[in-house]
Amino acid sequence: MEKRQIYLDYNATTPLHPEVKKEIIEKMDVFGNPSSMHSYGRTARENVETARNTIASFIGATPKEIIFVGSGSEANNSVLSLLTCQLKKCNVRGFAKPRIITTSIEHPCILETCECLSVSAIDAEYLKTDEFGKININELEEKLADKPLLVSIMMANNEIGTIQDIKKFAEITHEKGAFFHTDAVQAVGKIPVDVNELGVDFLTLSAHKIYGPKGIGALYVKTGTPFCPLIRGGHQERDRRAGTENTLGIVGFAKAVEMRKIEMEEETERLLKLKTVLKEGIKTNIPDIRFIGHPTESIPGTLNVSFMGVEGEAIMLHLDLAGIAVSTGSACSSGSLGPSHVILATGISEEFANGSIRISMGRETTPEDIEYTIDSFARIIPKLRKISSRY
Amino acid sequence: MEDLNWIYTENVKDHFINPRNVLEDLDSYDHDGYGKTGNVKCGDEMLFVIKVDSEKQIITDCKWKTYGCASAIATTSKLSELVIGLSLEKAYKISPKEIVKELGGLPENKIHCSVMGDKALKAAIEDYYRRNNMEDKIKKEETRIICECMNVSEHEIENAVLEGARNYLRVQELTKAGTVCGECKDEVIKVMNKYLRLHFNYPL
Repeated sequence: MEKRQIYLDYNATTPLHPEVKKEIIEKMDVFGNPSSMHSYGRTARENVETARNTIASFIGATPKEIIFVGSGSEANNSVLSLLTCQLKKCNVRGFAKPRIITTSIEHPCILETCECLSVSAIDAEYLKTDEFGKININELEEKLADKPLLVSIMMANNEIGTIQDIKKFAEITHEKGAFFHTDAVQAVGKIPVDVNELGVDFLTLSAHKIYGPKGIGALYVKTGTPFCPLIRGGHQERDRRAGTENTLGIVGFAKAVEMRKIEMEEETERLLKLKTVLKEGIKTNIPDIRFIGHPTESIPGTLNVSFMGVEGEAIMLHLDLAGIAVSTGSACSSGSLGPSHVILATGISEEFANGSIRISMGRETTPEDIEYTIDSFARIIPKLRKISSRY
Repeated sequence: MEDLNWIYTENVKDHFINPRNVLEDLDSYDHDGYGKTGNVKCGDEMLFVIKVDSEKQIITDCKWKTYGCASAIATTSKLSELVIGLSLEKAYKISPKEIVKELGGLPENKIHCSVMGDKALKAAIEDYYRRNNMEDKIKKEETRIICECMNVSEHEIENAVLEGARNYLRVQELTKAGTVCGECKDEVIKVMNKYLRLHFNYPL
């Protein structure tokens, strides 16, 4: 079979949508500082505000509720850090040591920030998941009795794709008077996301996961919700995020959102079909495997599969040699001591977690790509199993 | 272009794609020594079997199987090439550094894979010694306890270094050594530096 170049790591990042690229190139010379009052500044400002409108309307927010930030990670850091603010004008509440409830499968930018703030500023609690990566609403309900200030639960998981019942979680959280944040970086643009429908107070989104540029994200903050900036010292973003706006990033972000509006529905259908083919293909050709994540409540393009007796990085590198780009939850590639915390949270053994591969498809993935990928798996896995001491 | 970007050397890549001396079937491979090491949690395990010319005390053949990443596979494969024809005594002394050198280097965070290969081989040689009543040749591994409070051995500190610890704080985090009374701090640092020198040639 002829070698191909196939990108199947869309959850890590995505290529620019051709329309986004066109838009950014077109606006390349919009260099004015949006805070300047002269014509250069006003042109930039107009671009930023038009983009803000587009993004706000895509998730059902008002433009004033959107803060542009440097990344999804920054947005998440902002939400957690603002809890600790004691300044009167920020109106957070001034608890000595606020409690936060989050989950064991969040992105490291939530988990590590919690770990850091837990040293002295907050108390953090972590909800467990079931075998599909779903958070149990009863456990949240129990923990809400401890009067947290914030609950932060990701909408869709980056590694296994599982989607949470954010609406219900936000509802019971509000009944107990706490704020609700969701990291929706992997959800926005892939499944319908409407802040009013969900009823959340904070929502994180990012451009580069949906064919927009890197280095630009946004945080939705519901009107009336207290706020304290993470990056201080400027009047940008209505005093909520200092630093000159990334005009080109913002313009590209809005274009990406616009294209999602047009393409999302059709793409979802296509990706779900491809996922079924991929899943069936792997299942038919390779024994002793396990799919990780929820079988149906999952973002369309994501499939996580583990192969017994082989280690993920070895699989990943063999696929790389075949021209296929995926990622793995194995300890070897994680840069930490153990395999992926997300996969372990679903109760899967360390050995199986070390053999996990995440395939994330996107708008450029074709049926031929998937066919080639299945063939490659069918060739590589037996080869690695043959030399494995565990198979 | 993708070849240029490969994170491993050509030699590692070659052994990863075309592993040598792979064990087909343990039962049908008549061996004189058997060794297995590793930790599935960390993502690697290695099995090594050797055939020995009992008169000359030379390894005449060896086979292996590895569950692990590309470095783990390449390391065992390379090691298997190195030891065939070697005297038991020499093979017993092969250091991780030598294997890494033969492979043309490994990324720093992959060095522990080479340590594992060498341990599996050592275990196989020791198994041979035991089977042949030559226990006197087995070197007792140092299992000195460095931190009395947390019962941390020299070996665990070595592992922390191999896992990427480069300073006392990180060794503390990984092993909990020196986190109670702190009496052992100087000794922990001494041991840490010893293994930093041994495995990573740190100019200390």
